[in-house]
Amino acid sequence: MSVLKKTLLATAAALLTTTAAHAERGSDGHLNIIYWQASSILNPFLSGGTKDVEASSMVIEPLGRYDEKGNLIPWLAVDIPTVANGGVSEDLKSITWKIQPGIKWSDGSDFTAEDVVFTADYCMHPEGGCQQLTKFADVEKVEALDALTVKVTFSKPKPHPYGPFTGGESPIIQKAQFQDCMGAKAPECTEQNFGPNGTGPFRVTEFRANDVISMEANPNYRDASKPHFATLTFKGGGDAAAAARSVLQTGEFDYAWNLQVDPTVLADMASAGKGQVVSAFGTSVERLMVNLTNPDSALGDQRSTVEGGPHPFLTDAAVRRALSLAIDRQTLSDVGYGEAGQPTCNVLPAPAIFASTANDECLVQNIDLANQILDEAGWAKGGDGIRAKDGVRLSILYQTSTNAVRQDTQALVKQWWGQIGVETELKNIDAAVFFGGDQSSPDTFQKFYADIEMYTNNFNGTDPEKYMSNWTCGEIPSPATNWLGSNMPRYCNEAYDALAAKLAQTSAIDERAAIAKQMNDMLMQEGAMIPLIHRGGVSAHSNTLGGVLMNEWDSELWNVADWHRTN
Amino acid sequence: MFNYTIRRLLFTVPTLLLISFIIFLLLDLAPNDPTGNLPMTITPEVREKIRISLGLGEPIHIRYLLWLQQFFVNEPLNLIEEWWGIQIGDAENRLRVQSWATRSPVVDLVVERMPQTLWVVGMSYVVGILIALPIGIISAYKHYSWFDQIGTFVSMVGFSIPTFLTGTVLIVLFSVLIDSSSPFWLPSIYDTTHRVTDWSSFVVQVKQMAMPVMVLALFNAAQLSRFMRASMLDNLSQDYVRTARAKGMKERVVLLVHVLRNSLIPVVTVIALGVPQVFGGAIITEQIFKVNGLGQLLIIGVQGADIPLVQTLTFIFAVLIVLFNLIADLIYGILDPRIRYD
Repeated sequence: MSVLKKTLLATAAALLTTTAAHAERGSDGHLNIIYWQASSILNPFLSGGTKDVEASSMVIEPLGRYDEKGNLIPWLAVDIPTVANGGVSEDLKSITWKIQPGIKWSDGSDFTAEDVVFTADYCMHPEGGCQQLTKFADVEKVEALDALTVKVTFSKPKPHPYGPFTGGESPIIQKAQFQDCMGAKAPECTEQNFGPNGTGPFRVTEFRANDVISMEANPNYRDASKPHFATLTFKGGGDAAAAARSVLQTGEFDYAWNLQVDPTVLADMASAGKGQVVSAFGTSVERLMVNLTNPDSALGDQRSTVEGGPHPFLTDAAVRRALSLAIDRQTLSDVGYGEAGQPTCNVLPAPAIFASTANDECLVQNIDLANQILDEAGWAKGGDGIRAKDGVRLSILYQTSTNAVRQDTQALVKQWWGQIGVETELKNIDAAVFFGGDQSSPDTFQKFYADIEMYTNNFNGTDPEKYMSNWTCGEIPSPATNWLGSNMPRYCNEAYDALAAKLAQTSAIDERAAIAKQMNDMLMQEGAMIPLIHRGGVSAHSNTLGGVLMNEWDSELWNVADWHRTN
Repeated sequence: MFNYTIRRLLFTVPTLLLISFIIFLLLDLAPNDPTGNLPMTITPEVREKIRISLGLGEPIHIRYLLWLQQFFVNEPLNLIEEWWGIQIGDAENRLRVQSWATRSPVVDLVVERMPQTLWVVGMSYVVGILIALPIGIISAYKHYSWFDQIGTFVSMVGFSIPTFLTGTVLIVLFSVLIDSSSPFWLPSIYDTTHRVTDWSSFVVQVKQMAMPVMVLALFNAAQLSRFMRASMLDNLSQDYVRTARAKGMKERVVLLVHVLRNSLIPVVTVIALGVPQVFGGAIITEQIFKVNGLGQLLIIGVQGADIPLVQTLTFIFAVLIVLFNLIADLIYGILDPRIRYD
């Protein structure tokens, strides 16, 4: 049956049942969603791409997930286990989840603790190449205590034990369906990976990789009155502007994801009155990473390594402060991000209790002060207008990935740095190369053969422990570690490492917040990074679609069961 | 002719092997990484494990030989099994060429995308030819007339304006400015799951094909009509045309029987050589209208560093190009009896 025909039938059905006021499953007909990056697979353990995680989140679900405000809420579980309710052991080494009784898979069989245990075994299999392995860090064993109780034991105390089975990246898959797909066999199970059985509001009827997914309401969904839509199309392809147009201007689609489009273009499209732009903020920060080691090509193999020695001028705190002060973050936000950005001076901007206010000096651009700081530090302007000291010129190679907004940002920053006597050379690299880990490429962000590099990073969920440990000494990428590691600035401070260790052993939320703030302030004040923009997600939905609660802490489609047609 | 064909066919084997090796080398040397586009929250250690699970830990010659075996042995065996419903050897454990992004056999993806590419890109090629031939013929016959001038202008426009501009302009005209309740409204997003079952679904299909087909047809027609015109002009000044007219033949016969048949020889060759492009899809036009055919498959593969997918697709295109070169040569021999290859 064609989609059109289905739509017509469903609409007819919807008309007949309007008096029931959304009380019935499937009464609102057909839903059209467009993700301009097409979904490749519906198994998030084999593809960590956001498009795949979010597409699959309508089908398979975790035990607990984050709501639109970043609160952890029970999903398939009865409640969120804590030390207070006895769900988390006193020594913080285990967590016991209680599953809601009566949940069924879309094939009608019972959802049990065995499925949860299987999911952990599946992802932790050494040959599976599971892309969500980070979620299962330090897990020693996962066992089913009874049909509805699962106990996860960690190898060390976990103050935040909500890695496994929470959030869109860690849903539960069905044991009966995937048990022959363990380890090296995982990628060969095309049928399972394209159409997993789930507990979610929808089930897959047709999957076309990198193109389109057709779904229908799951007849075994736990809430008999949901989902409101009987069928849905999840289309992929094209670009962000075209996706925005299809919702805001032509009205062909109901929901479009990740619209990183020129803010003025988006506002213009929204003025057609067919839909609205929605945004939400999570933890993403666009930042400049400052290379504290010397990237000089004359150093050969020791280039950009701790062994190669300190950077000739970026190790001077005055230079880093001046560079930060010279930037007008509000303009960067207005030009490139619109509703999806706000200036920030922190690398850890959210959740609110973790956000520091100690670094807000940088929120206002101050070229005069920046010049003054450089003058006082002895960096004098030469004949060409570029500052120098002891034969070292303030000349910066500034790299980032290829992306229209990033190139606009680069051009603006270059201009401002020019005003304080800093020379800037710009470079942009294709994202797949820049963020790729090809050992033979000199252009990866880990190798950092430049003075400054810019990109966005964030963390899943609401706990920053893992994220903040990115800047400990052990995380510095170098040839010895095959350039693996997340400490791009090559920042190394014993006091910081001690705080990271302390954070890993503290469980009270207020204390955790205090430590994380202190770590953030340390990074900011010692200039390892220059944060620019706190970035949010931007999507658009049709005026006839209700129930959308934009969520940056979890999948944007987390509450698709509640989405409904409004008139 | 037969011997020539056999000789050429045999010669394609080493050519194609060499091509496949060069493609493989190029892809391997390119600084690209299949984990490059994953979210930053996935740690470098996990990325390394993903790479190893994809087989990137093996040295290049092993990976190349493995691909050769998968493509030239396992894939044909699988095709035979599916066509005749039989099982040969250990079908369970025989690995087909797998895409890294979708973890599914590449050939299945290609087969899935063939219909929309053939419908849209193939139809645009046919429409392009149908527009180009008459324009070329009339332009040449009425040399420097207003028709010729307009034809020249339109083909210059079609040739020089990129499809991403014409495509977007058409979308703004037919999808945005025209209200969606109007019968002239056209969808900007192609629905690949749409099935033609009756008249109304056929109309929907025609509507969704209209814009991408017109954009591509304009581009194809521009090129072909110039070829047709030039070829006609060459022949119109030949002695045999004067002879035919001197014998008192009607102008229509002179033009359509004598001149056209001779002029078509080079044009048919050009058309045959262009057919592989149809299979290659039209990357930009497919992206604009979300047709999601072979062109879009290729571009997604390139962006995501999905090496087995890109390798297999480019190789299939290479095979088609080599084959259609041969076909063009053979057609040439059939159309023009003066050409003999033996």
